[in-house]
Amino acid sequence: MIYIFDGSLPGLLTAVFEWFERKPGPVNLMLTTVFQPDAFTEGFTVITNAEKADRVWAGLQKRLKKDWLRKFYCTYLSEIPDAYQHLFQFTIYIFQSAPGAQSNYGNDHVMALAKYAKSVEREKHRMEAFIRFQKTGDGMFYAAIDPDFNVLPLISNHFKNRYADQQWIIYDLKRKYGLYYDLQTVEEITVDFSADVNQKNPATILMDEKEELYAVLWKDYFKSANIVARKNTKLHIKHVPKRYWKYLTEKQPG
Amino acid sequence: MAMFVSKYLPMSFDRIREKLNILADAAKYDVSCSSSGGNRKNENKGLGNSHASGICHTYTEDGRCVSLLKILLTNHCIYDCLFCVSRKSNDVKRAAFTVDEVVELTMNFYRRNYIEGLFLSSGIFKNADFTMERLLLVCKKLRLEQKYNGYIHLKTIPGASDDLIKEAGLYADRMSINLEMPTEAGLKLLAPEKNHADVIKPLDFVQQNIVQFAADKKLIKHVPKFVPAGQSTQMVIGATPESDKEIMYTANAFYKNFSLKRVYYSGYVPISNDNRMPVLGTQPPLLRENRLYQTDWLMRFYGFKVQEILNDANPNLDIDIDPKLSWAIRNMQHFPVDINQADYKMILRIPGIGVMSAQKIVQARKFGKLRIDQLKKIGVAYNRARHFIRCADSPYQLKDYQGTQIKAFILAESQSKYLKTDNNQLILF
Repeated sequence: MIYIFDGSLPGLLTAVFEWFERKPGPVNLMLTTVFQPDAFTEGFTVITNAEKADRVWAGLQKRLKKDWLRKFYCTYLSEIPDAYQHLFQFTIYIFQSAPGAQSNYGNDHVMALAKYAKSVEREKHRMEAFIRFQKTGDGMFYAAIDPDFNVLPLISNHFKNRYADQQWIIYDLKRKYGLYYDLQTVEEITVDFSADVNQKNPATILMDEKEELYAVLWKDYFKSANIVARKNTKLHIKHVPKRYWKYLTEKQPG
Repeated sequence: MAMFVSKYLPMSFDRIREKLNILADAAKYDVSCSSSGGNRKNENKGLGNSHASGICHTYTEDGRCVSLLKILLTNHCIYDCLFCVSRKSNDVKRAAFTVDEVVELTMNFYRRNYIEGLFLSSGIFKNADFTMERLLLVCKKLRLEQKYNGYIHLKTIPGASDDLIKEAGLYADRMSINLEMPTEAGLKLLAPEKNHADVIKPLDFVQQNIVQFAADKKLIKHVPKFVPAGQSTQMVIGATPESDKEIMYTANAFYKNFSLKRVYYSGYVPISNDNRMPVLGTQPPLLRENRLYQTDWLMRFYGFKVQEILNDANPNLDIDIDPKLSWAIRNMQHFPVDINQADYKMILRIPGIGVMSAQKIVQARKFGKLRIDQLKKIGVAYNRARHFIRCADSPYQLKDYQGTQIKAFILAESQSKYLKTDNNQLILF
């Protein structure tokens, strides 16, 4: 049996609701976008329903503490099809077991959530570390990212609390939405970039006059802080995998 | 690039750039870059806050974390400590930042998310109080004028007056003073003008104030923060001939006596031709440094007493294996440990099992006896741990292996990142 859902969190929770209503036995959860009907397995399209989703979420809140609700949410943000499947099975497992079943690390779904959540939290932490703002001519601090997972919802508060006295935008180029902080609140935004705009590195002309200066000083500092006699490239790359270098001012030539 | 920049700041930019190069270069031998343990919040709608576990914003090519803008206020110094690159007699370029320059750099780096904060140290110019006053001024400007709530790690200048040190503690998140050499004798050899007592006095003074502020906080609601991320120190390793035992016993005593958050071990990077020290070009003792940190972790997070790891019979750590494995092999009477029965404390002592895995094991075994495949999924380094454990489906083993044999098995299948020549000789038993 295959359950087809729209990829939303309420959709996933609705799928759990529908399963408990029907108890159809083992079920594969698939995204509408990737589902290919075949002649041998029965498909059931889950119609996302806020009320049903809320009831399942409320049930989870009763059984899980904050840390596991967070693991659940992080796993969802991984956007990995297998992760959706594990979330679906995990929820069923939690509802069918005695309280405390989430600490059964011998269970595949428990372990899977712990792993996905760890990856997503790591990506979140990397974004908190590796995002580099560039100050634009109108005083806005801008950063463009394309994280492995959809971590913008997880980093919003960190940047809001930290950079409370400056306006900033963090834009996810891969998922085509961003966060904008206007000194009061953070809003989700989408920008229609015209074709000739370099989204990662806007033209120097748009930048604050001192932006280049601080970038140079930072690159200098990065070089000075290195101790050549201790060179350890393997460790360096382990900490800053190459795919993140594009974010880092200090890794840009010049 | 230079042309572009000089259009805007013709005079000062090149000078600032030169200063930063000199004063960052001189500061880099201080290895601490921790930005953790702070709890400062951004409540005044200013700039910055503390992140409980700290954030490493980048890593140098030697693999060390860069979390803080680590600079000296000046590298002018009245002292001539042999191990220090800024010693009076060393022929290096000298420079000094103004207070405002440090504030500007910190604010602008922080705003771009380059750093977690500032690590400010200094050579001693004129005298201790004169130097400490200027360090304090930087902190006050940042906190009071710029509403900066990011991390500040400040060096306590030995010999500075109590009043200055106490005031600095109100603005800094962490303070530190370096022991420099693990023993008094080592310090006397390389820095005759210095002694450990000069370090201990201010460490103790700050610690007493931390305790006092914490006690006041229980009674009075609004007590200002005082060095909320605690104190740390650093020892240089390999410049003088101390044993690992001497080093770690000193570290242990300082953890105990002054509730230090961290002791750092810095492998000596040769910077002098003096015949009392390793010659220029000698490799820094990176592996030894690594083993010392492992021992430090065992003491702080794994419930080991330092005497268990280092004692008269074993004054130095093994180079070819880590100290936890080394302890296990010397104490085979405690093994094998039954994963499904043993105390958490004992599980923590099994080579190949870390704190996270140990916690997961203790939770998961309530739901049924754990098997090998589950242990692997939990994150146990099974190839290492298997010699020391029993679980639900452990294979039946006819003979008990000696510690030395187990060591040979493990060495044969592991690759040390440090040992350049492979130890591939087959050891038959």
